[in-house]
Amino acid sequence: MSTTREQNVRLLVGKVGLDGHDRGAKIIARALRDAGFEVIYTGLHQTPEMVVATALQEDVDGIGLSLLSGAHNTIFPKILRLLTEKSSSDVVVFGGGIIPEEDIPTLKRAGVRQIFTPGASTQEVVDWVKANVPPRRR
Amino acid sequence: MKPKNGGRTSTVTSRGRRDWEETTLRSAVGKKPERKKEFTTVSNLPIEGLYSPEDLKGWDPAAKLGFPGEPPFTRGVHPTMYRGRLWTMRQFAGFGTAEDTNKRFHYLLEHGQTGLSVAFDLPTLMGRDSDDPQAEGEVGREGVAIDTLADMEVLFKGIPLDRVSTSMTINAPAAVVLAMYLAVAEKQGVPLEKLEGTVQNDILKEYIAQKEWIYPPSPSLRIITDMVAFCTDRVPKWNTISISGYHIREAGSTAAQELAFTLADGIGYVQACVEAGLDVEAFAPRLSFFFNAHNDFFEEIAKLRAARRVWCAIMRERFHAKSPRSWMLRTHVQTAGCSLTAQQPINNVVRVTLQALAAIMGGTQSLHTNALDETLALPTEDSARIALRTQQIIAEESGVVNTVDPLAGSYFVEALTDRLEQEAWNTIRRIDEMGGIVPAIEQGFPQREIAEASYLYQRQVDAGEKIVVGVNRYAEGDNLRSATLKIGPEVEPGQVARLKALRKGRDKDRHTKALKRLEENARTKENLMPAILEAVRAYASVGEICGAMKTVFGAYREGKVQL
Repeated sequence: MSTTREQNVRLLVGKVGLDGHDRGAKIIARALRDAGFEVIYTGLHQTPEMVVATALQEDVDGIGLSLLSGAHNTIFPKILRLLTEKSSSDVVVFGGGIIPEEDIPTLKRAGVRQIFTPGASTQEVVDWVKANVPPRRR
Repeated sequence: MKPKNGGRTSTVTSRGRRDWEETTLRSAVGKKPERKKEFTTVSNLPIEGLYSPEDLKGWDPAAKLGFPGEPPFTRGVHPTMYRGRLWTMRQFAGFGTAEDTNKRFHYLLEHGQTGLSVAFDLPTLMGRDSDDPQAEGEVGREGVAIDTLADMEVLFKGIPLDRVSTSMTINAPAAVVLAMYLAVAEKQGVPLEKLEGTVQNDILKEYIAQKEWIYPPSPSLRIITDMVAFCTDRVPKWNTISISGYHIREAGSTAAQELAFTLADGIGYVQACVEAGLDVEAFAPRLSFFFNAHNDFFEEIAKLRAARRVWCAIMRERFHAKSPRSWMLRTHVQTAGCSLTAQQPINNVVRVTLQALAAIMGGTQSLHTNALDETLALPTEDSARIALRTQQIIAEESGVVNTVDPLAGSYFVEALTDRLEQEAWNTIRRIDEMGGIVPAIEQGFPQREIAEASYLYQRQVDAGEKIVVGVNRYAEGDNLRSATLKIGPEVEPGQVARLKALRKGRDKDRHTKALKRLEENARTKENLMPAILEAVRAYASVGEICGAMKTVFGAYREGKVQL
C-alpha cells in the first residue's frame, strides 16, 4: 500500500498560555488525524518555548495553535521568532479561535499563514492543511 | 370491540393512539413523509412525533412533581416562583483594570441590574500575578486583573457590600479572592454575616472541562472544605460552591452529560464536607448550582426540572439530610456562549431570547444572558444592555412569569424530564462504580465522554445534520469582524507597575509572617481561611498566596490527552 501524502506530514496542534478552552484544539487535532495526518497534541498551558521545542524535537511540518484568550497578538509573533532563531522558519504556522478579523492582517504579516475564525468547518482546515503544509524533510 | 373494563379513560386513549397511528397518521405520512427519518434534540436524544398519556404510564404526579416549594422540587424551589420575586438578573462583567470594571458595575447597577458578577482575567483565575511570565499577553483581557487587596478595594469602590449580592467566578484561587472580598467588607465596616454572594469555587469541573487548576484534586478539596467550614460559621449567607455544568456544556457535552457530571460533582463536594466532619444541614443549604441554557428549548427545561428532582433524592437518600432546605437545588443559568455565531451576529439576540426563556420555564433563580457580540469579545455597553433588556422583556411583557412551572403535566415535557433524570442516574451509577467523581476524573472518564460528544456534534454540523443558521445554512457574508470592546495595550504594563509599586510599599514583616503561617497551616489540618485572610490583609498577592500553598500541595498536571 502506498503512503498518502498526508501520512508524510507531521503536525503539532497546541494550546499556548493559561487558556484552558481545549474543545476546538482537540476537535481539530482529531479531524486532522482522521484525515490521515500524523498529529501531536501538546496538551494545555504550554509556553511558546515549549511548543517550539516540541515542534523541533518531533520534526513537524506545521504548527496549529488554538487561541481563545485574546493573547494571539503576543503568542503568535513569539512562536514565529523562536522558530526563526532555530532556523526553522519553514515550519508552517497557522491557527484559529477567537481572533478578531482586524488582527488577522498583522498576524499574517508576522508570518502566520492562515487563521480560522469561529464557524470554520473541520473540512476547511483539513483542506487548507493538505494544500499548504508540505513535508519538510527529504 | 368494547374494552372489558368498560372503557376507562386510559384504555380508550391507549386504543385511540394506536388507531390514530394506523389510520390518520399512516395516511398522512403515506402522502407526504416527515421531513426527516429521525428527530433528535441538539444532544441527539430521540424525540417522538407525539407524546400522549401512554408515555406517562404509572407516572405519579405526587411523587414526580409534588408542589412548588416542596420536595422533590420539580416544579421549583419557591411556592410562588416568579409571582413572588423575579429571578436575579445577573450580568457577568469584568475587563481591564479594577477601575474599568468598577465603572461597568456602577453602570449596570444604575440600569436596574440586581446583582454583581465578577469575571476575572486568566492569570487571576490560574492563581498567577500580572507580572508572572506565563501571564504575558493575558492581563485584563478576558476579565478583570486582580493581584492584591488593593485591586479589590478599587473594584468595589462606592458599592456598599451590604447592599448588593456579588457572584465571583473563580475556582482554584476562590478562597483567596473570597478573603479579599471579606477584607474589603471589613474596611467598609460591613459585618461578614451580612454579606451575600457566591464564589464558583468548583474545582472538579475545572479538571473535567474548563482546565483552570492549580493543585491536585485532594488538596483542592481540602481548601474547599476549609472555606465551606469557615463560611458556614462566619459568613452564613454566602453561597460557598456554585456547582457548575455550564463549562461542561461549553466544552461540548450533551445536556444529559452536563446534568449528570454536575450532580456527580455535587455528590463529590457533599461527600468531602461530610468526611471533613461538617454537618450536612449546616452547609448543604448554601450549595448552589450553575447550568447552561442551550438551544434545544424543551431539553433545557427538562434538564433543569430533572436536576432539582435528582438532587433532592441525592440529599435525602444518599446523605440523609433532614431539612428540606438541604434538598433544594437552587441554580443560576447562563445562556450558551458556544451557541453564538460570529456570522450574522444580530441573530444571537434571538438565540439568547429562546435560551433565556428555557431557563425561566425551567425555574432558574438567576440568569445571565449573553451579549450578541460575545463570540468575539467582551460585550460593549450597548450589547450588554440589550442582553439585560432581553431578560426584562421576558419578565415584564411576555406573561410567562404569571404562573408557576407552566409546562408541568405536558406529556412531552414530563417524559423528557423523566428521560434526563434516568440518564443522570445511569451516569451517577457508573461514576459510583469507579469509586466516585475524583477517581473518575483521574481515569479521564468525563473528559473522554465530553470530547466524544463534542467531536460528534462538530461532525454533524460539518455534515449539515445539525443546523446552525448563518453558518451551515442561510449563510451570507455578514460577519462580526472586530472586537467590539478593546482592551488597551496600556492595561498590562499599568497593572504590572501598580503591583511592583505595591510590593515595595507594603509592610514586609507582616507580609512574610502571614505567608509563613499559611504555609505552616497547609502542612497541618488547621483551617486555612484565617491564614489566607491575614495574608490578604498584609497585601500578599494572589500569586504569592497560591504559591505558598503550592509549595506544600504541589501542582496538578493533566494526564496524556487521548484524541
